[in-house]
Amino acid sequence: MELLEVKHLNKSFGKKQILKDVSFSLTGGKIIGLLGKNGAGKSTLIKLINDLLTPTSGEILVNGKKVGIESKKVISYLPERTYLNKQMKVSEVIEYFKDFYDDFDEKKAKRLLKDLDLDIEERLTKMSKGMQEKVQLVLVMSREADLYILDEPLGGVDPATRDYILDTILSNFKENASVVISTHLISDIERILDEVIFIDKGKIILQSGTDELREKENASIDDIFRRMFKC
Amino acid sequence: MEFTFDNNIPIYIQLLEYMKIYLISGVFKCGEKLPSVREFAVTFKVNPNTMQKALAELESMKLIYTERTNGKFVTKDEKVIEKLKDEYAITLAKSYFQGMKRIGLGKADSIKYLEGIKE
Repeated sequence: MELLEVKHLNKSFGKKQILKDVSFSLTGGKIIGLLGKNGAGKSTLIKLINDLLTPTSGEILVNGKKVGIESKKVISYLPERTYLNKQMKVSEVIEYFKDFYDDFDEKKAKRLLKDLDLDIEERLTKMSKGMQEKVQLVLVMSREADLYILDEPLGGVDPATRDYILDTILSNFKENASVVISTHLISDIERILDEVIFIDKGKIILQSGTDELREKENASIDDIFRRMFKC
Repeated sequence: MEFTFDNNIPIYIQLLEYMKIYLISGVFKCGEKLPSVREFAVTFKVNPNTMQKALAELESMKLIYTERTNGKFVTKDEKVIEKLKDEYAITLAKSYFQGMKRIGLGKADSIKYLEGIKE
């Protein structure tokens, strides 16, 4: 069974069509890059998979079932903007996650926070944007999910932390779990990707294994992307 | 050991290259148990599936073998590693002579240059 199946998905906001007949599927055990320019429809697609928006038409299946309460239990989602109450201390946010998700590993979260020199007694308001992003990512990666969906996880963090985050992703996802990473910082992450999905103007224009694509085009994923989407 | 990857070349091919050098230079010795795919992946900072692909290729070349439930090991046959070393050295030598040929120097001259280099 496919981990995720997206079938003929359309999404419009009023007259504006954001996603046009999007179909693809993902199996477990892979790291997939969802790559596209700003406004290509990446975040809309991700919100639909997380059942935060309703499709105009088409369907999304996770482990063979339509998205809903069950799929939320197995998807760990890092949104592009934080939804946490910033008045909370990190330790309170940990409690909150523990309450919400059966698969949350508190020990792991505390260990990762310590590695990143983050103080769990600090309030989120007192932290920089980059630090808040790290906290959020740690929480998301500390769940034992089937599918991790990370919307722009590298945007606000410095290059050293970026490496640490990539390490964290590599060493923390379960054997059969998959990770979808949406980003436009391709050169930083292309080494860890199994597959890429290129999305442009609401359509999937390419889905391929990364090494196959490099071999075929004799170029890096970053170069191929730039060539394809030249303005 | 230091390593860097060129994003223009398939990663598994580059991993294969590094692994061959590790085997030739004895970082992993004949009959020695290798780290797990996951450990390798974290060290190289690459995807575990890509690492798996490179290791499968080494296995098909008989440079390493899998003991069921026990993990992967370097071949016990020293001759296989010797042969790999020999082939690798020939490739390096050939590319040196090719480079020298490009700037108009024959084999004899090229060797003189080699001998002139202080280690």
